[in-house]
Amino acid sequence: MSTNMNRRDFIKVAGMGAGSLAFATPLFDFSKGEILAPDTVPGMYAKRTPTYCEICFWKCAGWVHTNEEGKIWKVTGHEDDPHSNGRLCPRGTGGVGMYNDEDRLKTPLIRTEVGGVQTFREASWDEAFTYIADGLKKVAKEHGPECTALFSHGSGGKYFGDLLKAFGSNNITAPSYAQCRGPREVGFFATYGEGVGSPERVDIRDTRCLVLIGSHFGENMHNGPVQEIAQATAKGASIITVDPRFSTVASKSKFWLPIKPATDMALLLAWMHVIINEGLYDKDYVEKYTYGFDDLKAHVATMTPEWAYGLTTIKPETIRETAREMANASPRVIIHPGRHVTWYGDDTQRLRAVAMLNALLGSWGRRGGYYNPEKVKFKSYPHPPFPKPTRTWKDAFPGKYKLAGLSLASGICDATIPTVERDCSFKAWIVNGTNLIHTLPNQANTIKAIQSLDLMVVVDTMPMEITGYADVILPECTYLERYDNIRVSPHREPTLALRMPAAEPKHNTKPAWWMAKGIADKMGLGHFFPWNDIEEKLDWELKQVGSSLEEMKRLGVKKLDRSYDDLYPMENLEDFEFNTNTGKIELYSTAMEDEGYDPLPKYKAHEEPPEGYYRLIYGRAPMHTFSRTANNPNLTDLMDENSVWVNPKVAKEWDLKNDQYLWLENQDGVVSKTPIKVRVTERIRFDSVYMVHGFGHTNKKLTRAHGRGASDADLITRVHIDPEMGGTGMRGNFVTFRFEAGEEVSS
Amino acid sequence: MRYAMAVDTLKCVGCSDCVVACQTENDVPIGHCRDWIVEKTTGTYPELQLEIRSERCNHCANAPCVRTCPTEASHYAEGGIVLVEESECIGCKACITSCPYDARFIHPEGYVDKCTFCIHRVEKGQNPACVSVCPTHAMIFGDLDDPNSDISRAMATRKWKSLIPEAGTDPKVFYLI
Repeated sequence: MSTNMNRRDFIKVAGMGAGSLAFATPLFDFSKGEILAPDTVPGMYAKRTPTYCEICFWKCAGWVHTNEEGKIWKVTGHEDDPHSNGRLCPRGTGGVGMYNDEDRLKTPLIRTEVGGVQTFREASWDEAFTYIADGLKKVAKEHGPECTALFSHGSGGKYFGDLLKAFGSNNITAPSYAQCRGPREVGFFATYGEGVGSPERVDIRDTRCLVLIGSHFGENMHNGPVQEIAQATAKGASIITVDPRFSTVASKSKFWLPIKPATDMALLLAWMHVIINEGLYDKDYVEKYTYGFDDLKAHVATMTPEWAYGLTTIKPETIRETAREMANASPRVIIHPGRHVTWYGDDTQRLRAVAMLNALLGSWGRRGGYYNPEKVKFKSYPHPPFPKPTRTWKDAFPGKYKLAGLSLASGICDATIPTVERDCSFKAWIVNGTNLIHTLPNQANTIKAIQSLDLMVVVDTMPMEITGYADVILPECTYLERYDNIRVSPHREPTLALRMPAAEPKHNTKPAWWMAKGIADKMGLGHFFPWNDIEEKLDWELKQVGSSLEEMKRLGVKKLDRSYDDLYPMENLEDFEFNTNTGKIELYSTAMEDEGYDPLPKYKAHEEPPEGYYRLIYGRAPMHTFSRTANNPNLTDLMDENSVWVNPKVAKEWDLKNDQYLWLENQDGVVSKTPIKVRVTERIRFDSVYMVHGFGHTNKKLTRAHGRGASDADLITRVHIDPEMGGTGMRGNFVTFRFEAGEEVSS
Repeated sequence: MRYAMAVDTLKCVGCSDCVVACQTENDVPIGHCRDWIVEKTTGTYPELQLEIRSERCNHCANAPCVRTCPTEASHYAEGGIVLVEESECIGCKACITSCPYDARFIHPEGYVDKCTFCIHRVEKGQNPACVSVCPTHAMIFGDLDDPNSDISRAMATRKWKSLIPEAGTDPKVFYLI
């Protein structure tokens, strides 16, 4: 280990070609399992192989089409897949760009020091595995195996998770919880005794009214809901969109409520007030299934639309009209739980209010509301029981985040920075498929945590910013070149979906299962991976559920029957016991009360932008997934930089012109590392600005993405932590305009 | 046989799937596209309207590109699909100048390129690639001469418009509004 002040200088992963390290025997037999496509164009392509997409986490199943030379040509959706219904989104269609990207990581790299300068050197897989095994063993010896953590946001993370568990740690985390959907899972769990899950159990296809609060489907291209919104509206369903921005879906909505940001709770409470006071709620449903209705009624008694108007800027008559619109559609109404909901720090409570509003309208467990999903009961290949860790990440936060159902990526990051009161901090991270520099709020904090590590292993396909801080980089092959676990995600009907390689891995890249197994072998943990290769493991697992690898190679997707006919278990007021303390839907949450949290959600005023500053709102573009697609040649061709949306009134005040570049500076004096283009548009409120997340890359090795647009993550330095579950509220940051660069930042 | 396309602006979310599907299907070089997305915002906050359209060659029945082409490389194929015969194109750009929809570009190999309605797929009874991938089913392709085709039904039951009708080109791409 180097003794530099900055033990871990950021290294731009430079000029590392594929070494002559490729294995003599191919990993896959490409003569097996590939079939002729029924729509084969003579001379154009020869085969198609099944996959499920890895560009986002909807994991749509599809077919990879290859031509006669075995070159990947295109990816299309799988007809039998409930996630895609035969149609991929632009990212899935452009997935081939991930495979073709010439900037991909090409061979294992190990941090070294030459003449006082830190750099990476090419390494063999064996060297890299030895380095990692030695480093992990050292951490275990000095601090205990529990001081290792895995951050994963990709399918390959499952294998590294097993490696970590075999090693004696269960600190396995994903930013998709505390930085994204955690509060809604906790809010719904506290209400219904069940979470929302992914894909969300919303029956948009058959709904009559869909209420979106900040969700921007169409720009967020989660495929299933976007398709179903189009189907539902064609059948006459109405949409109510609550958003400070005139989003794409706002333009398709019967009602657009351009709410003042950070006041959504007031709107939700006022809606409940109207629905209760006008007697619009589903009385039979509420009486049969819910607990605490009278408490709720008293709680919202004074929360009139007039009260909410002063907070939200939404007119009282609009609040009443939209409440009636929902009630008219009841029970075929969805107040959508959203997905990225870590906004203001009281997010669990806001999502509780969403869950409660659904309950008043009787939509949970009903057609056109929330269905009861089912997934295949899948058995993993047998292995010895994992050792039981003596500590978990939660020990670092005594008495806090009591309702967190999953580990917190931000929590593990925080607990990596040593403090006097904490006897063990994290010492080793494995990071798979998540660019934590852009993913976690407060970059300075993330980098400080990384500097405290003894070992950081990054597994990725691309030289993302996080790779520059790694001690070892393992180049993963793309999803088009590898097997992963069978997809068994829940849906209206249970399905299996196979991902298998459509081409040999390019360069000296490998699949995650092969890496994790190889490291386990090095560490004497090989018996936890008792299969010889992935095909043996998948075939055994598939045979337990009545299929086989051979069958799945042919089918790609297999639909199974539901175990019970209970897709809509409350459709006709059937008896049902909920997994809550009272066995009822808890409008008044006894679990929240027991843990010392508010049993009924309260409106709390949030900080407002200081003069000359605007609330920073961020979101998604349909052709990109976070920062991971920013260098994909096909997708970058569709959108290669983000812009900052500014209301014309604000533009006039600052004399801003369309397409002008400027820097953003936040309330803490942090300036965006890169400039961003101005988009003057009526589609945003005057008190906010908006930008698409995932741009502003600083690693020069991302040749298409480098320096294009700006990163919102740079500017999210203030985080409001959700006391119930530790979510990181990120919408409490304010920016102003700056016409020159900040101080030079060495990345 | 009169092939045509209708784009439902009420369904289109402007995701660009049609653009990337066309690129991969037809091996259109990165940096070029045969179809593209147009977003048009009207009104002032908060009274706003947004129209989103997937646009491409309009396969006009009275196509200025065909009339101006000196080598007859631009021509009408089966069903009125307007095509460019690469081997006969001299890259003079007369068609590019004459097209009111800016639908054509010079392919890096020197010839003029544009949307073909995926004639190689249409000949086999398949939809053009853009139509086949569209997540919201916002595009309809078919034969206007067949009164029972999806496109004929949509045109008969929905309000629609075409682009720059005053150019008199008799375009065959329509927008349901």
